[in-house]
Amino acid sequence: MKKIVRVSVLFLLMLLLAGCSKGDGEKVYVYNWGEYIDEETLELFEKETGIEVVYEEFEQNEDMYPKVQSGAVRYDVICPSDYMIQKMIENDLLAELNYDNIPNIKYIDPAYLKSAEEFDPGNKYSVPYCWGTLGILYNKTKVDEPIDSWGVLFDEKYAGEILMIESVRDGFAIALKYLGYDLNTTSEAELEEAKELLKKQYPLVQGYFVDQVRDKLIGGEAAIGVIYSGEAIYSQRENPDLEYVVPKEGSNVWIDGWVIPKNCRNKENAEAFINFMCRPDIALMNFEYITYSTPNKGAWELIQDEDIKNSPIAFPPQEVLDRCTAYRYLGEEVEQMYIEKWNEVKSE
Amino acid sequence: MVKKFFERFYVALILIFLYAPIAILIILSFNGSKSRAKWGGFTLKWYRELFKNESIMNALYTTLIIAVLSALIATIIGTAAAIAINSMKKTPRTIMIAITNIPMLNADIVTGISLMLLFVALRYTLGFSSVLISHITFNIPYVILSVLPKLKQLNPHTYEAALDLGASPAYAFFKVILPDIFPGVLTGFFLSFTMSLDDFVITHFTKGPEIHTLSTKIYTEVRKGIKPEIYALSTLMFITVLLLLIIINRKNAEKKAPVSRV
Amino acid sequence: MNTENVSNAKTQKLTSHKNGDGIVGIKSAKWLSLPYAVWMIGFIIIPLIVIVYYGLTTVDNRFTLDNISAISSPINLKALLMALEQSLISTIICLLLAYPLAMILSKSRMRSSSFIVMIIILPMWMNFLLRTIAWQNLLERSGIINTVLKFFGLPPMNIINTPKAIILGMVYNFLPFMVLPIYNVLIKIDKDIIDAARDLGANSVQTFLKIILPLSLPGVISGITMVFVPALTTFVISNILGGSKIVLIGNVIEQQFRMGNWHVGSGLSLVLMIFILISMAILSKYDKEGEGSGLW
Repeated sequence: MKKIVRVSVLFLLMLLLAGCSKGDGEKVYVYNWGEYIDEETLELFEKETGIEVVYEEFEQNEDMYPKVQSGAVRYDVICPSDYMIQKMIENDLLAELNYDNIPNIKYIDPAYLKSAEEFDPGNKYSVPYCWGTLGILYNKTKVDEPIDSWGVLFDEKYAGEILMIESVRDGFAIALKYLGYDLNTTSEAELEEAKELLKKQYPLVQGYFVDQVRDKLIGGEAAIGVIYSGEAIYSQRENPDLEYVVPKEGSNVWIDGWVIPKNCRNKENAEAFINFMCRPDIALMNFEYITYSTPNKGAWELIQDEDIKNSPIAFPPQEVLDRCTAYRYLGEEVEQMYIEKWNEVKSE
Repeated sequence: MVKKFFERFYVALILIFLYAPIAILIILSFNGSKSRAKWGGFTLKWYRELFKNESIMNALYTTLIIAVLSALIATIIGTAAAIAINSMKKTPRTIMIAITNIPMLNADIVTGISLMLLFVALRYTLGFSSVLISHITFNIPYVILSVLPKLKQLNPHTYEAALDLGASPAYAFFKVILPDIFPGVLTGFFLSFTMSLDDFVITHFTKGPEIHTLSTKIYTEVRKGIKPEIYALSTLMFITVLLLLIIINRKNAEKKAPVSRV
Repeated sequence: MNTENVSNAKTQKLTSHKNGDGIVGIKSAKWLSLPYAVWMIGFIIIPLIVIVYYGLTTVDNRFTLDNISAISSPINLKALLMALEQSLISTIICLLLAYPLAMILSKSRMRSSSFIVMIIILPMWMNFLLRTIAWQNLLERSGIINTVLKFFGLPPMNIINTPKAIILGMVYNFLPFMVLPIYNVLIKIDKDIIDAARDLGANSVQTFLKIILPLSLPGVISGITMVFVPALTTFVISNILGGSKIVLIGNVIEQQFRMGNWHVGSGLSLVLMIFILISMAILSKYDKEGEGSGLW
């Protein structure tokens, strides 16, 4: 018995010592979407700058916001979507960027900077990281009709074969667009109608997911799923039977951007991180790993694979973009209404 | 005879039910394909990659250090408390035991949330130490409840005799009481260690961004697909524990063979 | 690790300690409880007060009952009822599966029985999230069970993302917590009592109903609580096996906290605590009628 005690005390001491040897150097706290970066770029960043990256992930914009707002955890760099950036600006949660520390901004295509001005006038608070559309990924062998409408998601023929997206805004955007309404609607009547439609859809849906949609479609668990365009290229590589489409009724186009919250711990480190992410070779690594469209012109030029470089999924033609709208922040009250109605759908 | 057969059959069925998922996980750790859905041939690749995967090794390290530290501290505080409770009068003793039962009977989610709210209210940064404190909190009751029964079996006169013979209270404690209650203390320690290792909910609510235990790491990966290295790691852990338990059981059986079980 | 001790300690919590005042005569030992007393107040009592405070106030610190009455909204009420229903069903299934098993194990009075108990605890050493994910693999539409069914030409089983899958996950995860307390009580029943009953002419059904069942009631009760409470409050099992389609009260509370509505989340937690307390009160009443507490 005594031996056991002695050994465990020794073991404990070793653990403690090992714990102390980890220095408390410079750090940057990054809060990003799940599966949204090539982790090798983080290691490169650590190696080049000596700043340790503390990396955490969120699944939805709505999960990220309260954490930042409450100050329960203080992050340095966050990657929210357009409408959420707008909300954070309006609620005075973001720090203005010092572009002297982010010279690599010059590699970002001015066209995207311009579209980013819609939610961040003057590009004062955010640097675009990725962008894309919301669409349908389906398995060609499991459907026998051309798919070009959100309607398939409400078709009883596909009961149990549909994967919906677990996201308030995206879920409603689909229903609103299918009904012919604006996806930024603030009308309660229109939302109510959309809610009823989604309620009717509930029994047909296999489940509500975000990151799992991809793997389930690749594995043949379902026929149709709602997904972001960036996942489509990866999915097609893994399973050539899959096809991506932006429905004809129109959809959402989004930009996710790096921002620095006001309560950050170290702004310089945060800016160094953003600058690093804008470097063409790094942006290219991330693009090739996560396959979400990059607004980085420098990175785009470096893409070797012509098919990908001209992929209509990653870089859709203008006619597709013309039928897509960005989300806007609709104010606290309307947002709450969206969330409540979404919960009602799910408690069917 | 038929009855015996049915009994065996029933036990076997339950065991299959309990172990089927574990078999699946072990099989997946040898799966050449990254996807759960496909079998990509037998491989040991994930076992090699596991040791290179820094984030998983870090999570394992955090998990172990929290488990060891929280179990150790809980064992010390809990054993002391058990001795004190044992010598208390009825009313204070009932109160102490009632409070001890709270974290065991309460829902994990409520315990986790209440601790998180406390830390946030105190502006205490959520991180390693908040998780450690929480784990100690839910571990202490297991120690107390393992040690108390052993204390009750104790003969109080030996301790008094030691004092009468001139031993200091501390010396008498370590020489007389501790050896007798040691099995209970050890059980409390291992029980705490296990509980800490397997906890997800309370850690989930009380942790900060810097740290991940294996459970919280796995939870974030549930959504985007579990890395096969995790299967490899848990297979290794499972087999280690299995071997340890078999060895301990063997030794106990050898030692205690003539003594009937209590 | 002595497995019997482990399971004993786990079941211990529900038993009242009948023994009288201080048995071990370390009269000066009371100060030893000081660290624990401080710890208890700091990390058990005060956090509960904090959660009560949050549950009864608004964001700007004014008293309100809205967070509590939030439970009456159709969504939350449904989640609560659903959780109650599923945890009750799982508890009953656990009991029905566990009792015969514990009987068989306790009767096989061979030395290997402690080994068998160990085998039942052992799965708990594989992370419970992973074990639940493994069920996803088994149950999926193109999962392992369906592949086997298909091989034998049987119709597929589509229970993933339905309440059935969640019940299965609960039964799977909590079954050991039902088996062990019952087993622990059964092995302590004096064989002479059973023999006496037999000698006096009772048949095996009578022996079971009149002797074994009443004597094992404390174990059953403690098993029920240990299964019912975690099942009622889980959000992980419903998340993994329910595909976000099934919302239990645990999911609602977790979501409230995730979305930053701490006050509502705390209010709902208080409601949940009331349910836990009620169920425990009912059970402890049964316990007394069953005269079980003396066994420990």
